[in-house]
Amino acid sequence: MKAAASPGHWWALLRAGDLLLIVAGVVLCVELALHFWQGGAARTVAIRAAGKLVAELELSSAQRFEVSGPLGVTVIETDGGRARVVSDPGPRQYCVRQGWLSQAGAVAICAPNEVSIQLRGQGGTYDSLAY
Amino acid sequence: MIRSPTESIELRPDAQDWRIARHAAAAIVLTVAEAAIPLPLPGVKPGMGNIVVLIVLARWGWREAVWVALLRVLAASLLLGQFMAPGFFLSLAGALASLAALGLASRLPPRWFGPVSHSLCAAFAHIGAQLLVARVWLVPHDGLFMLLPVFALAALVFGVVNGLVAAHFIGAVGAASSRPSES
Repeated sequence: MKAAASPGHWWALLRAGDLLLIVAGVVLCVELALHFWQGGAARTVAIRAAGKLVAELELSSAQRFEVSGPLGVTVIETDGGRARVVSDPGPRQYCVRQGWLSQAGAVAICAPNEVSIQLRGQGGTYDSLAY
Repeated sequence: MIRSPTESIELRPDAQDWRIARHAAAAIVLTVAEAAIPLPLPGVKPGMGNIVVLIVLARWGWREAVWVALLRVLAASLLLGQFMAPGFFLSLAGALASLAALGLASRLPPRWFGPVSHSLCAAFAHIGAQLLVARVWLVPHDGLFMLLPVFALAALVFGVVNGLVAAHFIGAVGAASSRPSES
């Protein structure tokens, strides 16, 4: 116990393989975080009007899609793995101002016009979890 | 401690029994003391009792380490009122998995792999088994794995720290005898 806390003492307790395993542990942690914490790349966008699915577009190509709701036409655009609401007749424009969405699970809702878009990856992803 | 009316005693603890009991007692004390530390997430804790297990592994071998670790799980759960509660089975699963990992890790060439390696392997086996049991039995939902990176980070940090502390004591006790060059 007497030769306590000089940093050199603690370094001397590590052997070469220990360092290797520590590095492996760090890599494992990073990999796990990337794997479990990223929603994953989005593949498609589901477009809903009045609660009903009206279209599911691939995100890979540039497309425009128009949906009509009670207030008028909402325009949705996809381009290279992301999607956005280009224009919407709603008064506050929240869904337009969200801009491009690219994470699976991301949602933009134009409530006044009853239109929403949601990005989907492989498999189900969640925008939140509750226990 | 124990009165010894020698003629009526049938079970005589030998030196190894005493040793195991002493080490298990130390591990139990550390586990119970640790239970008083408030922690942000259930399941993330330092596991200081495992320092004792590591020391026993290094000095007395795997079989004694198994005794100490399992006695620790049993007695600590009794003391904390967790015996047969879900937490007990999680601890037991973690202990069994880390003992298996220790059994394998202690066969690595000691020239390169010391207590820190043992500790790391045990820590990762521990969280792996616990999460698996929790997933299968307690929270049957894949959302549980969202916690995996947190547990892995805890295993990494506490694994290294516990391993270093164990190495420190092993070095302090057995300095003369058993360690080859270190640099």
